[in-house]
Amino acid sequence: MNVFDIVGPVMIGPSSSHTAGASRIGKTAAMLLGAPVAKADILFHGSFAKTYRGHGTDKAIVGGILKLDPWDPGIRTSIETAKEMGIEIIFRTGTIENAHPNSALITLTSQKGKTISVQGASIGGGNIVITKVNDMEVYFTGQKTTLIVMHQDVPGIIAHVTGLVAAGNANICNFRLNREEKGGLAIMTLEMDSDFDASFISQIKAIPFVYNTILLKLN
Amino acid sequence: MKLKYNSVEELVNAALSSNQKISQIVLTEQAEDMELTEEAVYATMERSFDVMRQSVENGMEKDLRSPSGLSGGAAAKLKQAVDEGRNHYGHLLGNAISMALAVTEYNSCMGQIVAAPTAGSCGVIPAALISVLEEYNLPKKEIVMSLFTASAIGMVIAKVASIAGAEGGCQAEVGSASAMAAAALTEIFDGTPEMISDSCAIALKNTMGLVCDPVAGLVEVPCIKRNAMGVANAFTASELALAGIKSVIPADEVIVAMKKVGDQMSPSLRETAEGGLAATPTGCRLCKKIFG
Repeated sequence: MNVFDIVGPVMIGPSSSHTAGASRIGKTAAMLLGAPVAKADILFHGSFAKTYRGHGTDKAIVGGILKLDPWDPGIRTSIETAKEMGIEIIFRTGTIENAHPNSALITLTSQKGKTISVQGASIGGGNIVITKVNDMEVYFTGQKTTLIVMHQDVPGIIAHVTGLVAAGNANICNFRLNREEKGGLAIMTLEMDSDFDASFISQIKAIPFVYNTILLKLN
Repeated sequence: MKLKYNSVEELVNAALSSNQKISQIVLTEQAEDMELTEEAVYATMERSFDVMRQSVENGMEKDLRSPSGLSGGAAAKLKQAVDEGRNHYGHLLGNAISMALAVTEYNSCMGQIVAAPTAGSCGVIPAALISVLEEYNLPKKEIVMSLFTASAIGMVIAKVASIAGAEGGCQAEVGSASAMAAAALTEIFDGTPEMISDSCAIALKNTMGLVCDPVAGLVEVPCIKRNAMGVANAFTASELALAGIKSVIPADEVIVAMKKVGDQMSPSLRETAEGGLAATPTGCRLCKKIFG
């Protein structure tokens, strides 16, 4: 915690959990898709489902999908902007089993037909946790510099990626790997103590069997 | 010097032993901790202050209305009374209260604000600081520096108790904002470190037990007017401390007491919109009207 966690963040109101946090979940989903969005299906759960209109959670989450930051006044008009861009948006409310009260499940489809579903919770003060990607359990917050590598589960990928992280002089403070099944989709999450030289990202992306790599730092 | 931010006493002692203001000690320590220059950390705080000022201005718009229809336009109404000399409790207080309303109403309307410490309590600190800046024509630098003192108090409260309404009720949000504002004001008017501690204690004591009971779960009723109360409370606490009036209960004990009161609060009174004003007949009717 530092002074800017207390006097800050600069954000679009009215609620750090229902607006700032929601926009971050949307932005993370868009980054994980890694391609221009054609369609966004958003399912609100719990308090999000009950109050999303009054809190502007819908505008915030779409703003996030447009990669707007929580302080960007463009959040207010994000739904109109998305429509102008030809993005189809569907809002639904429902129940997600065992989910935090402020949760959303976002399914994004790219212009080329690629899809990804991302479940996230806004846990207070604008902080979020991403708990599922494509039905696979994950756990990352983006509070620290986080490298997320989506890849096929084949031997040697972890060594290859961590080798490049070491070459980038970053210290890993948390490592997690989730996979659908042996040989299936796997998601590697590496949290680091310091910033990571983004020039290494293209090298990680070029590793065979790596589908997508993103560097997340949500503040 | 490494600060732990787990007591107000630590801040007071650090200031007394180094003969520096709390704000300066915190700025130096935070710059070291974030591996940045003091100038860079100050510049970030100055930008936040500029956003605060802009939010005061934008929130004074008389046609402002929130998406729910519950709020907007109150700040403009009071400001008009103040500008025309029709308010009753002095220019500074009238101005400060209208500024607190302005920032919080602007927040309800999806305006850009600085969470201080939260979005629900974003009006108290800007109102306290900008109203005295204008009233006494103070240098901006002094006001921006006082935000480091406010932040340090907020960090202690966040560590020892809570700044989230969902955890500690409104005492943790508007109460904390009020204590932070009181500390900043007391430093601005050259209060001693002990006076800063006393002003923080008094502000928190005055809001102890305040529940978080938003109508329809929205950050509007009663949050907006509670921010106005928060700035008046900060003035009260700072005025008492600056006159040399001590808090009988020391700040750190008050913060622990606030934490315990928060823990004892029913979940219905902690931002769930199931108790207090949210559960009144009018509160329920408005909720139904907004969300069906």
